[in-house]
Amino acid sequence: MNMTRRQLLILLPAAAVAWKSILAGTPETSPNYNMTEHWWGMLVDITKCIGCGSCVRACQMENQVPDGYFRTWVERYHVSDFDIENPKVDSPDGGKNGFPPSSFSDGKNFFVPKMCNHCADSPCTQVCPVGATFVSPDGVVLVDQKYCLGCRYCVQACPYGCRFVDPKKETAQKCTLCYHRITKGLTTACCENCPTGARQLADLKNPNDPIHEFLKTHAVQVLKPYLATRSKLFYYGLDGSVR
Amino acid sequence: MQIPVEGFMYPNEVELQWSVLIVLYPFLTGLVAGAFILASLERVFMVKAVKPTYRLALLTALAFLIVAPLPLQLHLGHPERSFEMYLTPHRSSAMAMFGFVYLWYLLAVLVVEIWLDYRHDIVVMSQCTTGWKRLVYRALTLGSSNISERSLHIDERVGWLVTVIGIPSAFLLHGYVGFIFGSVKANPWWSSPLMPVVFLFSAMVSGIAIVLLLYMLMCRIRREPIDMGCVDTVAKYLFYTFIIDFSLEMLDLIHRIYEADESFRSLDFMVHTRLYLSQVVIQILLGTVLPILLIGATQVLKLAEKQRKWIYVVAGCLTMIGIFAMRWNVVIGGQLFSKSFLGYTTYKMGFATREGLLTAVVLTVLPFVILWVLVKLLPPWPEKNSALSSVAVAAHGAD
Repeated sequence: MNMTRRQLLILLPAAAVAWKSILAGTPETSPNYNMTEHWWGMLVDITKCIGCGSCVRACQMENQVPDGYFRTWVERYHVSDFDIENPKVDSPDGGKNGFPPSSFSDGKNFFVPKMCNHCADSPCTQVCPVGATFVSPDGVVLVDQKYCLGCRYCVQACPYGCRFVDPKKETAQKCTLCYHRITKGLTTACCENCPTGARQLADLKNPNDPIHEFLKTHAVQVLKPYLATRSKLFYYGLDGSVR
Repeated sequence: MQIPVEGFMYPNEVELQWSVLIVLYPFLTGLVAGAFILASLERVFMVKAVKPTYRLALLTALAFLIVAPLPLQLHLGHPERSFEMYLTPHRSSAMAMFGFVYLWYLLAVLVVEIWLDYRHDIVVMSQCTTGWKRLVYRALTLGSSNISERSLHIDERVGWLVTVIGIPSAFLLHGYVGFIFGSVKANPWWSSPLMPVVFLFSAMVSGIAIVLLLYMLMCRIRREPIDMGCVDTVAKYLFYTFIIDFSLEMLDLIHRIYEADESFRSLDFMVHTRLYLSQVVIQILLGTVLPILLIGATQVLKLAEKQRKWIYVVAGCLTMIGIFAMRWNVVIGGQLFSKSFLGYTTYKMGFATREGLLTAVVLTVLPFVILWVLVKLLPPWPEKNSALSSVAVAAHGAD
């Protein structure tokens, strides 16, 4: 076959892209799981959270989260009777081992579990320079560990502080909504281990999921709604002081 | 290493993500854009007074542009994957465009303009030098040794066109760096449509100041008299650009204070505590107000040549410190407070680490080393060039 230099120059980049696609391989699949049939989110009932830290411990064990970093954590809020704009918040070691007794006698105390909001319009996926982080067709924000540059732009872009860079892997890490579990019909490690049922995995595309009835009959809120990220982490009983 | 925290930070926020190397990145690209825009004054806007700085400004821009991506590479967790930005860029990411904007600016603007401007000299040098230098210059001719009047005229026309394209490219290069920060809606310290404009004007300020300083330094090293008409004109442009830059920054500040949204108390506290020295004292007072007053004095008072020289040196140095402090306050300052607005962390800079002080110092010195090599290879001095021309003519005559 005769090929001119110009044709070769056109062909080479195309061949490089094709080779990259071959090297990337095919994603791991779960039998009987169809991504297009699901749209995952989570419901957190703040009135039920007792701050025991089981969810944090379960997540760390399930996902081998390095010490000092968190895919999920629990915050304790103290809001005095009149000063809603200045809550006192603590989260010792992410609330992993529970909380010491509160030193406040006035106002109210409550716990707020936090994790990735799996936003449908997520700022973190928008800024990733190579598209290593993405929203899967079933609505879970994931990171391709073999592709992430470790530039940390996504960590800066997340308004909720849910991302970190793994000190060993040097790539961005975050809650995967236990994707390896939910695609096999299981619930997440944090939901599984919550003793009060404060966390409920929700499939927004499944008409039989109890989330629909709950959303219809309760006042729910998302964090920082003014940022318009279309968060899918719904809170029931969220106080206005929570950031 | 325990990082001191005040108040409440989200647990993953305690450690800063972007280090001093990311401070260097906008600082270096700013110098590139600013130096190029100064060079374009002579080429496109026909400001003949700044001609002595034209070639020096181009070489300065190239030296800093070569080093500009290095802090980013060193910062990446996986620098070996950075090429993915070219192969599979994510089009919605501001950062993904860096590779393309950088390559465009380096290869389509700066290198082409320098080559066209120096082509005559390179051809002459390739004929009148010997040894390895001859090989280098012959390689730099790219096989074109035609320096007839007609071909030089074409070089001139094409060079002018490249400069015209280069001005918006320089704006794009640095405006886009500002957009990387300005478009992060999660961070109120960064999120501002003014950010690209502020970055652009501060880039022009720093680029003009560095060329002014380098020109005066090189005149001193070469024991040549400083062209005061040139430095006065450059200083005048520095003054006007500085006024615009300062006005924009103050506009941003006043807007934040007056609007006082939910982040204001947190940011205000930070400016009065952790950023007081670097922002209020170094950036605003020493690095902006003082140099503006100093250069302003040269504009309204009739000062002697020696006094003006000293003022330019002091104001230029203060400007560089002020612009570096501005980059520091944007990059580091933007990570010192929690996105919950309830707490503050601390930046602990390492010394001999990958992203430590030593690396930052090396990356700051490196452009000057590259500039020194470039100046040796491609002297920007007109008298050297005319001497070379005569040698070349003599050599042709001997042939």
